Amino acid sequence: MQSARKIRVLIAKPGLDSHDRGAKVVARALRDAGMEVIYTGLRQTPEQIVETALQEDVDVIGLSILSGAHKALFPRIMKLLKQKGLTDVMVFAGGIIPEEDIPELKKLGIKGIFGPGTPTETIIQFMLENVPERI
Amino acid sequence: MSKTEEIVQGVLAGDRRSIARAITIIENNTAENQKLIAQIYPHTGKAHIIGLTGPGGSGKSTLIEKIVREYRRRGKTVGVVAVDPTSPFTGGAFLGDRIRMQELSTDPGVFIRSMATRNYPGGIAKATKDSVKILDAAGKDIIIVETAGAGQSEVEIIKVAQTVVVIHAPGLGDEIQAIKAGLMEIADIFVVNKADRENADKAVMDIQSILQLNNKEEAWRTPVLKTVALTGEGVPQLIEKLEEHRRFLEKETERRKSLLRAESELVEALKEKVVDAIIEELKKGGKFEELLQKILKREIDPASAAEKLFHGKFKRSVSDAET
Repeated sequence: MQSARKIRVLIAKPGLDSHDRGAKVVARALRDAGMEVIYTGLRQTPEQIVETALQEDVDVIGLSILSGAHKALFPRIMKLLKQKGLTDVMVFAGGIIPEEDIPELKKLGIKGIFGPGTPTETIIQFMLENVPERI
Repeated sequence: MSKTEEIVQGVLAGDRRSIARAITIIENNTAENQKLIAQIYPHTGKAHIIGLTGPGGSGKSTLIEKIVREYRRRGKTVGVVAVDPTSPFTGGAFLGDRIRMQELSTDPGVFIRSMATRNYPGGIAKATKDSVKILDAAGKDIIIVETAGAGQSEVEIIKVAQTVVVIHAPGLGDEIQAIKAGLMEIADIFVVNKADRENADKAVMDIQSILQLNNKEEAWRTPVLKTVALTGEGVPQLIEKLEEHRRFLEKETERRKSLLRAESELVEALKEKVVDAIIEELKKGGKFEELLQKILKREIDPASAAEKLFHGKFKRSVSDAET
């Protein structure tokens, strides 16, 4: 059947860091696992990320950040998602995020955090198990 | 109100979340599909639908971004459907057209949706046509469909778009002569992008001479324009041509193309129903399974087996119909 439902994922890079190799590796791995991956490039603002997630009606958002600005940017992103009614979208993160910051981010609603060296299979498995049932 | 009705109301009001959800429903081919389209169809027919096709590296996405900005400057609202190919092996897709358009994502007058072909042929997705209808019903003045890549066989776009723009760029490795005839014929406007490059003028002349051979008695003479998408040079002139073509379409002679498009859509919808129903019928009674086994044992080839099944159920053959 041609049009069976696919998992749509937004891979986004909030903030000003210019290192997207990791994001692209994850994006390609998700594509190879049969998902439709929207990649929006570098230097995305929280507003751009949330608006994109809305227009693309994604199931999952993956945030990649290496600049250390996650504590400033992630709360804004989660707040905007709530404001726009995108509460059924699963959010995970990757990049350079210190262990001690993880509990706080999980409290914000970020479901999984995958540091450098995480096998892509782990991320794929996590997503398949946690992607929300939507319609 | 059912969920579908709620979404339809939202689409008609231009609510972005509703538009997005509606497109997803279309893409996933759910039971809601037909109901949704049935309800929004009466509200379509106002937008100018522009298709953009061309080889990878020609600068399509960059050009679209500039086109959208120019339309916005003129006070129009725009919807963009950017299609990329689905991998035939993994079923997944990397949808990267937004990268060049991201600054537009927070403009409330612009709606951008990335779409995977999901193995539908010809450079668009099965859901593309209906997604365009949704954006139309939502009130977008202009809808731009960007096809998936190679630009060689993307002629399905004529079934979706009223104006087809074919874009090329010098130095892509493709000789102008290598542009497939089909693509030449469907272009309403030809654009040579990256016109600041050395061979741009020659490319324009080559395309013009090929078009002259094709054009014969066409009422619309396909123009060849030059643009530099990176700087926006040539884009206002492109918009002028697009508007000119739009006015041309409103003339009586071009209504015929709308008729052909509508007919093609109706026939395609019919075919699906008819084929499914007939195959259902032909699978009954065990002869199907019997012939399947014979095929595996190399006792009969698939085409002959199909012949047997068809004439078994539907006694009249083509030759019978003529007597």
